Amino acid sequence: MKIAVCIKRVPDMESRFKVAANGTSIDETGLKFDLSDFDAYAVEVALQINEKAGSGETTVICLGPDVVQETIRKALSMGADRGVQLKADRVPADSLAIARALAAELKDGGYELILFGKHSLDAMTGGGGPMTAELLGLPCLTAASKLEFAGGKAVARRELEGAAELLEFPLPAVVTIDEGIARPRYPSLKGIMAAKKKPLDVRPAQLGEVRVTVEKMELPAERPAGRIIGTGPDAVPELVRLLQTEAKVL
Amino acid sequence: MANVLAVAETRGGELRKVALEAVTAARALADSAGGEVHALVFGPPGMAAKVEPLAQHGADTVIVCEHAAYDKADAESMAATIAARAGSGYAVILLSASAQGRDLAPRVAAKINAPLLSDALTVALSGAALVVTHPTYTAKLVATLKATGTPVVVSVRPNAVTPVVRAKALRAETIAPATDPAASRVKVTALVVGTGAKLDLGDAPVVISGGRGLKAAENFKLVEDLADAFGNAAVGATRAVTDDGWRPHSDQIGQTGRLVSPDLYVAVGISGAIQHLAGMRTSKTIVAINKDAEAPIFKVADYGIVGDALEIVPVLTAAVREARKSH
Repeated sequence: MKIAVCIKRVPDMESRFKVAANGTSIDETGLKFDLSDFDAYAVEVALQINEKAGSGETTVICLGPDVVQETIRKALSMGADRGVQLKADRVPADSLAIARALAAELKDGGYELILFGKHSLDAMTGGGGPMTAELLGLPCLTAASKLEFAGGKAVARRELEGAAELLEFPLPAVVTIDEGIARPRYPSLKGIMAAKKKPLDVRPAQLGEVRVTVEKMELPAERPAGRIIGTGPDAVPELVRLLQTEAKVL
Repeated sequence: MANVLAVAETRGGELRKVALEAVTAARALADSAGGEVHALVFGPPGMAAKVEPLAQHGADTVIVCEHAAYDKADAESMAATIAARAGSGYAVILLSASAQGRDLAPRVAAKINAPLLSDALTVALSGAALVVTHPTYTAKLVATLKATGTPVVVSVRPNAVTPVVRAKALRAETIAPATDPAASRVKVTALVVGTGAKLDLGDAPVVISGGRGLKAAENFKLVEDLADAFGNAAVGATRAVTDDGWRPHSDQIGQTGRLVSPDLYVAVGISGAIQHLAGMRTSKTIVAINKDAEAPIFKVADYGIVGDALEIVPVLTAAVREARKSH
């Protein structure tokens, strides 16, 4: 199957973040970056589909400055066939601008399946997938936790709050991927060597007008320092008292 | 004047709690700008008889779109209907950032070429712009985002807004879907309800979560009993536990799982790995029960008890039952 996976480069979420001097972004000094978690699942899903079929091609597309080429190479080292960088100085906060740039790249690509992670771990919006689908006029399914194909049709499952939906849809389609669907592989040494020779095209991102801006980036209000109220079952009465009188949740 | 169109979520023909939250958030926005709240609700035939709570929470008009297909969600025709209605002079189109809302909001925004603000903790109008706060970087940072344009599409995080009664006389209007659900390409073939849980993690005022400190899958019974004692609690788990198959993936709270902010979060046998904290650090009150006094969970817990969860939880369950009885 001809599959495109739209991926994003994000900092390691275990980092201790600092707000940059401009007050609207994070200070990237010393941070490690990698493929966003859900995007790694999406790459894995694409690779498994084509491995199972014994044919096909997986293209990874990443928007951003030249440093995203590292992230694209990571996906290529996992086994994707080629990469496209949609070059932009920075990734805007406007999902629709991002979707416009992706749709422009995907439009004539002849992809049967376009995958996204359900949301990126930095911006956490999840808008890019469904917006790209709309702009391309394709069916869309968000947060798939299972995905299978039979006779030109796709069958998927998505988790709701306390329930799940089973869905059926035709291809081509856009699907965003939830956790639990596949465990992303680690690139092998052979994969890493091969990735260096795989094609990586660079084109300007056609973002259009950006109408969402970050006004401020802050660390959330610090929680008051934790308090240990006691040890063992003997501390339970005091806990219940505090929940009733102080926290007022019981 | 700035009217707000609030999409009130239903499932299986019943309003969800997030529907009241959406109307409440929309009411506050409309009040700040001297506008009206129009609540749009999708449901199967008979839905119109169940929309009174939307007026009670401040909807000036309730727009009911009934169709036999809407006992399940049909995102394509619902998004088309919201987009068609959005054209009638609204400043803001407001949805819930639930699984359904997160699916619909970007579709609507793309259809009407409007900017999207996702998963807002707070929403406010600032002149012609909409300003929200939104958790980013797995909730380790909070961004203030501004969107310019009319209308703006915004989704509001479940539980971030407390429903407020602002009774209005019910004024209802009915509309037909803008596109035929039968023509939708993506079909929901089944709605699998209930993983056994009565309350969803996102809706529950109290969440009790278990981790490896419970030692075995069967000891989750203790967590369930405690949830049961509270009566308004849902059960969550850490990734370690869902990866081991003790609990389904859908119960996982954390960076790649559910993000919750209940009034009370009780972490049982959870050390507090950064990935887990990302999913629950915005909870209003946090209780931790863990053997290791040095565990990072105690740094975020308002109240911590050091000790074996297997010994402490049954005592707590009994005490909670007792406390609730005396109410």
